[in-house]
Amino acid sequence: MECLIGIQGKDFVLIATDTISARSVVAMKDDHDKMYPLSNNLLMAVCGEAGDSIQFSEYIAKNVQLYKMRNGYELSPSAAANFTRRNMAESLRSSRSHLVNLLIAGYDKEEGPSLYFLDYLASLNKMPFAIHGHGSLFALSIMDKYYEKDLDFAGASALLMKCITEIQKRFIVNLGKFRVRTVDKDGIHDKGTVAPEPVVAA
Amino acid sequence: MARRYDSRTTIFSPEGRLYQVEYAMEAIGHAGTCLGIMASDGILLATEKRNTNKLLDEVSYSEKIYRLYDDMACSVAGITADANVLTNELRLIAQRYILQYQESIPCEQLVSTLCDVKQAYTQFGGKRPFGVSILYMGWDKHYGFQLYQSDPSGNYGGWKATCIGNNSANAISLLKQEYKDDNTINLSAALDLSIKVLAKTLDMTKLTPDKVEIATLTRENNKTVMRILKDSEVEVHIKKYEEEEARLEAEKKKEADKKKAEKSDK
Repeated sequence: MECLIGIQGKDFVLIATDTISARSVVAMKDDHDKMYPLSNNLLMAVCGEAGDSIQFSEYIAKNVQLYKMRNGYELSPSAAANFTRRNMAESLRSSRSHLVNLLIAGYDKEEGPSLYFLDYLASLNKMPFAIHGHGSLFALSIMDKYYEKDLDFAGASALLMKCITEIQKRFIVNLGKFRVRTVDKDGIHDKGTVAPEPVVAA
Repeated sequence: MARRYDSRTTIFSPEGRLYQVEYAMEAIGHAGTCLGIMASDGILLATEKRNTNKLLDEVSYSEKIYRLYDDMACSVAGITADANVLTNELRLIAQRYILQYQESIPCEQLVSTLCDVKQAYTQFGGKRPFGVSILYMGWDKHYGFQLYQSDPSGNYGGWKATCIGNNSANAISLLKQEYKDDNTINLSAALDLSIKVLAKTLDMTKLTPDKVEIATLTRENNKTVMRILKDSEVEVHIKKYEEEEARLEAEKKKEADKKKAEKSDK
């Protein structure tokens, strides 16, 4: 039901997540933050089993912090993503695995911006854009059609609006507003929330 | 009972020393010399080859320089059997890191992880410390070319140029005199310097290519390249060194002759 959207732009990555905290069919909260900063230039968005999401993302976040403290430099986005994948793969083969899906956005001085898609079966892919959840059924085709290389922030936000408007229009579940953040060379930036345009009856 | 504090590695002597660890370091003082020099465009390790029996079969890669992973190599001084255990451990540490992060292990992390193992052998009972000092050369994206040295106690440090093994104190003082800053010295000059230092510190009248083994580590097209120098290449540097020495000798002689002549004139 939840929805995580990631778009890689020219020199940044944009991440948007819905803000609903749901239990069974009831929306308990509409200002839930599903993003975890891992380090200065690394941001992770998480959805899935509520307890697992917190447990797993905190475990990863603390380990990334520990690495920085031990060595005096940070893990690169690709190393952090592969580290997360490894942990997910090990958890998957344990008696009780973590049922969470993730997007990892990072910025590296040499490599530039990068966006990684990781699901609960521990498949990791580096993507120009990615969506987790049922929203992907409606929005991926829009991304395919309108995504361009080297988008600026305005372009990426416009693309995001197109996606969430379509999700609002077609998806039976109301996901409400989306929280938006970007990661670039200067770190993680809060871009507030966006709400889909209201659906107007034809 | 003079040996009351000698027999166990884990017991301090009344002066607060760990004899077994010190003996291990002493053992390395008699081992074949290894030296490392860092340059602006690369780094090198040079070692003394002692097993020059002509009946020995040739080894596949090299005798005393071990490749650890894509970006690092090391040379060892001390008990070869212990060294084999440690290089195996080093390779495992490097591969474990790659398995976890899909990225090469940064040089210092590899050295420090191995030193944790070495340290443990000086503290936990019933164990003998590894009688091995190691020189590591490597490259990583954080700090570029790096040279490290570690000893049996588990101590390690980064160096611009250093030496372990037989007569290493002399070699280090010679390096201290001759080594110019790593931003100015290039790999070719470092090679010349390594030959000079080896020639002056090894107990032999003439340096021959079969007595030394030199490996270089450079970066080409964003890849680390490691190479063992061929005998013919080492020969070139030895020749150059000998000519230079001969020239200096001749100059000295000329100076002396001049002085002698001046004296007899008076």
